[in-house]
Amino acid sequence: MIWLNQIIQGVLLGGYYALIACGLSFMFGVMRIINLAHGDLAVLAAFLVWAIVDHSGMSPFLALTIVLPVMGALGWLLQRAMLERSLRAGALVPLLTTFGLGIVIQNLLFAQFGADTRSLAPAIGDLAFDSWSLGSQIYVGQLAGLIFVVAVALLGGLQLFLARTPLGRAIRATAEDPDTAELVGVDSRAVYAAAAAIAVMTVAIGGTFLGMRAAFAPYAGPAQLIFAFEAVVIGGLGSMWGTLLGGIVLGVAQNLGAQIAPNGFLIAGHTVFLVVLGGRLLRQRMRRAS
Amino acid sequence: MSLLAVERLDVRHGQLQAVRDVSLALCEGETLALVGANGAGKTTLLRAIAGAHRPAGGRVLLDGVDVTRVPAHRRVAQGIALVPEGRRLFPGMSVEENLLVARANGRPGPWTIERVLEVFPMLRARFKAKAGSLSGGEQQATAIGRGLLANPRVLLLDEVSLGLAPVAVERVYACLENLISAGATLLLVEQDLGRALRVATRVACMLEGRIVLEGAASGMTREQVTEAYFGLGRGALPKQAA
Repeated sequence: MIWLNQIIQGVLLGGYYALIACGLSFMFGVMRIINLAHGDLAVLAAFLVWAIVDHSGMSPFLALTIVLPVMGALGWLLQRAMLERSLRAGALVPLLTTFGLGIVIQNLLFAQFGADTRSLAPAIGDLAFDSWSLGSQIYVGQLAGLIFVVAVALLGGLQLFLARTPLGRAIRATAEDPDTAELVGVDSRAVYAAAAAIAVMTVAIGGTFLGMRAAFAPYAGPAQLIFAFEAVVIGGLGSMWGTLLGGIVLGVAQNLGAQIAPNGFLIAGHTVFLVVLGGRLLRQRMRRAS
Repeated sequence: MSLLAVERLDVRHGQLQAVRDVSLALCEGETLALVGANGAGKTTLLRAIAGAHRPAGGRVLLDGVDVTRVPAHRRVAQGIALVPEGRRLFPGMSVEENLLVARANGRPGPWTIERVLEVFPMLRARFKAKAGSLSGGEQQATAIGRGLLANPRVLLLDEVSLGLAPVAVERVYACLENLISAGATLLLVEQDLGRALRVATRVACMLEGRIVLEGAASGMTREQVTEAYFGLGRGALPKQAA
């Protein structure tokens, strides 16, 4: 029973990882940009929501609806002002610029909000700790359940958006071949900017749930980035469902690892990540050899 | 007035000047075949007309309007579509999606996906298949269909027969001839001289970035074009002068 519980909790934790990883996956898959400022953008969104809640006393969910368009505009601006230019200079330059951007965000947050650890949990009342019981020994946190549902809806929605809508198709066409996309009438710059706006909006959603689920501080971003990155890599490049699956695999592995040994949580997670990555490289090499 | 005009166009790839001082004009309903050896500048000229390559000098006019500074995607909306060399489909997307992208971003007009399928019936069975899994002929048909769905006023076709089986080439050309008789305006690059002379109303031959011969296809012999193609006439000139 304890193992079943660990798996269920792992799946729910995986939903959270997938939610955090969603924007990273979208940007990586579409624009081939590894956004090292991803975690910091999530923390920035959490701080924005927190500031609104702190100031007005409104619900964080309501505050998120204000922060969403702000983060979307920020994504659009980032693409036009920074990422587009650095992409032109080669694939590695965006890595450096987003790394720099992350540091700038961290220190601006520190300057504005100080070093205190904050959380949105007090603002959501009972939802922060209430749970449903499944049988006598398994309890599922309501917030964890909500996060999982949001993750499935968001990743599934994005997958559908990419597959079924004209803008989604234009985004995929641009991702595959921006030069040819222009030749069939797609404004690739505008499409990239729209994709960046969407990606950063999903980061805002992830960041808000990060703030409800736990605590955050100005320098908490990079730690978020690691698990998000692992979820994306395990799930495979450019697939939204893959990212969900990757998050779940990571969450389950961590929880099972923790059940085996107290320090097994991180070890098991990183091991799964390395095994998957190694397997991919090996398969690639075998394919090239054959 | 000519529908498409190119005036004294210079296009560079860094140090290399690929197109030198090229002027040409294309009237509505005309088919101009561009021939020339590899590296003569045909693809670069087509890409510059489509807006994929910024020229260093000269102008491109569509219906008398200067479009030289207009980005490629807006030229599509104005009526210039290019079927690029090597087909360049979006390999991870299905045939349908490849066509839908063009449909969503082109001009409104008579071409619909249903009409493309009528012209290229072999695509019907592969409609939901990933473009990367198609045969060369099917890919070329999809690429031309994608160009047509933009409802262009001028369709630029770059080496549509390259790398195709002879049967597939026949099929693609049968479709092109249908388009031509329906009054489409085409600018096509073709390596097969006989075919170019047969389908085109006019032929232009490029050599080292310049147009060295241009005229009505009916009044042109294979020998004339071959001479211009290899630049045979040029070597003889200084001797005559001396």
